[in-house]
Amino acid sequence: MGKFVLHRLLQAIPVLLVVITATFFLVRSAPGGPFSAEKAVPPAVLKALEARYQLDQPVLNQYFSYLGDLAAGDLGPSFRFPGRSVNEMIYAGLPATAELGLYALLISMLLGTTAGVIAALKPNTAQDYIPMSTAMIGICLPSFLLGPLMMLVFGIWLEWVPISGWGNIPGDKILPALTLASGYTAYVARLSRGGMLEVMSQDYIRTARAKGLPEWIVVIKHGLRGGLIPVVAFAGPAFAGLLSGSFVVETIFQIPGLGRFYVQAAFNRDYTMIMGTTVFFAALIILFNLLSDILAVWLNPKLRQQTNGDSG
Amino acid sequence: MVIPDEWLVMNDDLTLPGATDTERGSSLWRDAWHRLRKNKMAVGGLFILILMCVLALLTPWIAPYSYEEQNLVLGAAGPSAQHWLGTDTLGRDLLTRLLYGGRISLAVGFIATSVALTIGVLYGTFAGYFGGRVDATMMRLVDILYALPFMIFIILLMVIFGRNILLLFLAIGAVEWLTMARIVRGQVQSLRQQEFIEAAISMGLSQWTIIRRHLIPNTLGPVIVYTTLTIPSVMLFEAFLSFLGLGIQPPQSSWGLLISYGVETMEEYPWLLIFPGLALSTTLFALNFLGDGLRDALDPRASKD
Amino acid sequence: MALLEVDNLSIWFHTRNGVVKAIDSVSFSVAEGETLAIVGESGSGKSVCCYSLLGLIPSPPGNIESGTAIFDGRDLLTLSERELRKVRGSKIATIFQDPMTSLNPYLTIGEQLIEPLLYHRAMSRKDARGRAIQLLDEVGIPGAKQRFDSYAHEFSGGMRQRVMIAMALIAEPRLLIADEPTTALDVTIQAQTLQLIADLQKQRNLAVIFISHDLAVVAGIADRVAVMKDGQFVEYGPTEAVFDRAQHPYTQSLLAAIPGGAKPGSPATSSSSPDSPLIEISHLKTWFNGTEETTSNATVKAVDDVSLSITKNEILGIVGESGSGKSTLGRSILQLVKTTSGSIKFDGEELCGLTPHQLIPYRRRIQMIFQDPYASLNPRMTVFDALAEPLRYHGLATRKTVLPQVLNLMDDVGLAASAMRKYPHEFSGGQRQRIAIGRAIATKPEFIVADEPVSALDVTIQAQILELILRLVEKHNLTMLFISHDLSVVRYICDRVAVMHGGELIESGATETLWHHPQTPYAQSLLAAVPRLSSRSS
Repeated sequence: MGKFVLHRLLQAIPVLLVVITATFFLVRSAPGGPFSAEKAVPPAVLKALEARYQLDQPVLNQYFSYLGDLAAGDLGPSFRFPGRSVNEMIYAGLPATAELGLYALLISMLLGTTAGVIAALKPNTAQDYIPMSTAMIGICLPSFLLGPLMMLVFGIWLEWVPISGWGNIPGDKILPALTLASGYTAYVARLSRGGMLEVMSQDYIRTARAKGLPEWIVVIKHGLRGGLIPVVAFAGPAFAGLLSGSFVVETIFQIPGLGRFYVQAAFNRDYTMIMGTTVFFAALIILFNLLSDILAVWLNPKLRQQTNGDSG
Repeated sequence: MVIPDEWLVMNDDLTLPGATDTERGSSLWRDAWHRLRKNKMAVGGLFILILMCVLALLTPWIAPYSYEEQNLVLGAAGPSAQHWLGTDTLGRDLLTRLLYGGRISLAVGFIATSVALTIGVLYGTFAGYFGGRVDATMMRLVDILYALPFMIFIILLMVIFGRNILLLFLAIGAVEWLTMARIVRGQVQSLRQQEFIEAAISMGLSQWTIIRRHLIPNTLGPVIVYTTLTIPSVMLFEAFLSFLGLGIQPPQSSWGLLISYGVETMEEYPWLLIFPGLALSTTLFALNFLGDGLRDALDPRASKD
Repeated sequence: MALLEVDNLSIWFHTRNGVVKAIDSVSFSVAEGETLAIVGESGSGKSVCCYSLLGLIPSPPGNIESGTAIFDGRDLLTLSERELRKVRGSKIATIFQDPMTSLNPYLTIGEQLIEPLLYHRAMSRKDARGRAIQLLDEVGIPGAKQRFDSYAHEFSGGMRQRVMIAMALIAEPRLLIADEPTTALDVTIQAQTLQLIADLQKQRNLAVIFISHDLAVVAGIADRVAVMKDGQFVEYGPTEAVFDRAQHPYTQSLLAAIPGGAKPGSPATSSSSPDSPLIEISHLKTWFNGTEETTSNATVKAVDDVSLSITKNEILGIVGESGSGKSTLGRSILQLVKTTSGSIKFDGEELCGLTPHQLIPYRRRIQMIFQDPYASLNPRMTVFDALAEPLRYHGLATRKTVLPQVLNLMDDVGLAASAMRKYPHEFSGGQRQRIAIGRAIATKPEFIVADEPVSALDVTIQAQILELILRLVEKHNLTMLFISHDLSVVRYICDRVAVMHGGELIESGATETLWHHPQTPYAQSLLAAVPRLSSRSS
């Protein structure tokens, strides 16, 4: 298992390198260059700016010096806001985004698996249809629609909860967390329902019942482990989705998080900012994919031992 | 529905005495169709989808107003006899704008999905059929691409190269083909081990014939299902980008863009949010129910009982 | 006083297509220390009958319409789910057919073993562990203490079934229901497992209900036999009576269908024909390199230095247990797998090393019949399509002649012409195998490799297909390599037999010679393990 983890970590490095390289050259190949949008910059000023951001150097030099900075943990300065660095921005925005993401992940995993398992226990009955139709609504009402609608209904019309901000007024975290979680809760519910249905029809469930075990032990001890493997495998991609979902949710609810900063940077064409955050997001997503991969393997004894065999 | 070959198609003029009373077999496709027809939600989804497509195709002829026609005097007004779904702040007819927006949203959904479909099916079939090292290399590439944060990349592309609709098609299609390739490859690989493929090989059929007559017809089911489910996710993605202001560019419009305008003014003019939202959600519902229904209908395990 | 007394049990399945009478007025009893065998073909209701006693049938659609099942003084059919749970695993235990799928792959076998003790006997984990290890030892698992924490996939098929048996017996039940416990096992392992069950039964004075499709297996172990067909007991009585004086025509046909005795109409020793060999294999090796799917990277020597020849019009049987390389040998001849070294000569011409294109003319002359007729037919092609394809592809039929030729083939294999436009899923297993056989003989081949062609079929169907194969071999002057794990079948159909073990061919000879005088110890043990009707003890 240890070697398997190491192997996967080593595999992640080229992926990250591809991301960094692609990002760097994409940004550099932007038509007109990063300062062209600005109106009438005097040539002298332009020159000074380019020197400051090393744009007067050959591209390869820029690339390697960027790599060097990254290795040292420096994501570079901002183009638009001289004096501010990408690191500072991530530092400022990460806590809110991480908290929001964590709530959403928890809600979606807990609520989603519960709903899915409950539905799978009595397929094609009301116990199945009700949670699954609700899940369908979660999938078909995207966050950028559900968020404003909930804001309108619960915030503006009913005045139950605040509609913007993060941590200023009690209860202002409810709507954003629910909005972000909704789609993923639905996916998790569908996945765990499918997984549980598959597992509960297996012969070994019949064996467990033939042993006279109480039904809840059959479900939890014998069923859940296999049934939730698809959910675990989905956790990595779900994390990536939550991250991009935070762009929308933070914009709608005006939360000072990374996602909102990213969207603002995109509008301002703040190239180093976008580059830095893209690399940061990519590294996070790769890390979470890795974790969910490892967890899925670890949950399956056969795979676990196979990976041991490989390393031996 | 085997891919028809001229030399194998049953011609009715071939019937001989004694063969006239042949019972008509019920192919898996026909069985699946029967099952699908019993699923009311799926049939409803199919109906809505066809309706949406027809409306989108006929928009230039049936739209009640012109797309840009403003009525600043009227401004934003609720639904009325003249403007069924009301007007926006510039007095433009919302129904007309929804119809034009739907054209773009549906087009993105269908075109980007067909890009994904073409690349994914070819790639997956190739990898799955040849197996071994070819397969390992090809699927390793897919794995690496999978690990890339595409959503962020597409945003990056949109920022850098401007909000170009063609680029959007390509970018979304280029992301979605990965899953399609995996599904097709898995399907082909499991079929490859089936004895009827071995039987075809031992019959001496050429590889191309085997792929065309034995493999592709049997991979079609999952491909159809996944295609139906890819369209909504693509449409959602376009709407997401447009909502953030990174997708479709005005004066063009899409449902996502209309929703983002609606959000800005939802306190005073809620219909500007609700109607575009309804249009998008209804389409997504229709596609998802159809996809689920197709999955149930085409599931080979269900067809054995 | 019987331990279990079932009276007038009826179970109906209420499906959308109407009511299916899965069990129709069935009565039987089992006493302690006694073995009752319930025999029937697939779909006869034999498993439903036993599962219903434990409340293990899905309901709906299944519904117990009438009857009583008195076990130890209480009617099982009236017990609540809660009371039934106290019976299951505690007083009545079950062993299932496939030990691989019946054991939970995510839990150690130790954890699964002790569960009945934890829930029924309220034992501590430590005591339960001790008891489990003791029992694992008793059922013959070497190194029981170390294997306690292993997972199911780390055991061989036979060992897994031993684990299942230990798990069933751990809470000291009084009745054991064994549902086809040896069907998924090789013949030598089957014999050992049957012996183990018999020993354990004797020690514990267990009542056993043994469900099986195989009369020969049942003959050796049962005290009483019930023959089941369409949910009814058509025959029920002491083993002797059922086998010797079967009353019902169905039982008689079942008994007649068991391949017994030598190949009909052939001399005991195969006449040494002057014909030159059609197939000559020398020093054939087919090795597989470890792939990503296998756990190790070691080379698997599936076929290792095999030499044999088959003369024209001969049926050569290849017998061996799973993993012996017999299927790989067949696929090597057809060049469906890449051979490592050696030579395969067909009609004097070398097949190894030919390109797919060069092989095409031989593909017409060599055909194959597969084990699973459902998997070997393209589910989206009609019978007509399946049979016309080889004819048209090899230019043996024109547009005009293809239809009569297909009809001719269908007639040959005993299919009604009216079924021409139907799809494989609309046929029964036996009919599907007929289609597959029709496809194999369509190109008028000289040589056919038949890989376990009847092992997926019920015994009466099996007999019909064997008859068909013999008839076609005769009619079309075919030469055949007949691969099977079932020695009785091989004896019935083959002129010569070769025994494979671990990739090597260890013994071969004329069928009757080998049957009566096997030379190698392995062949001897293989033959000794074959369940025979005549072997039943008094």
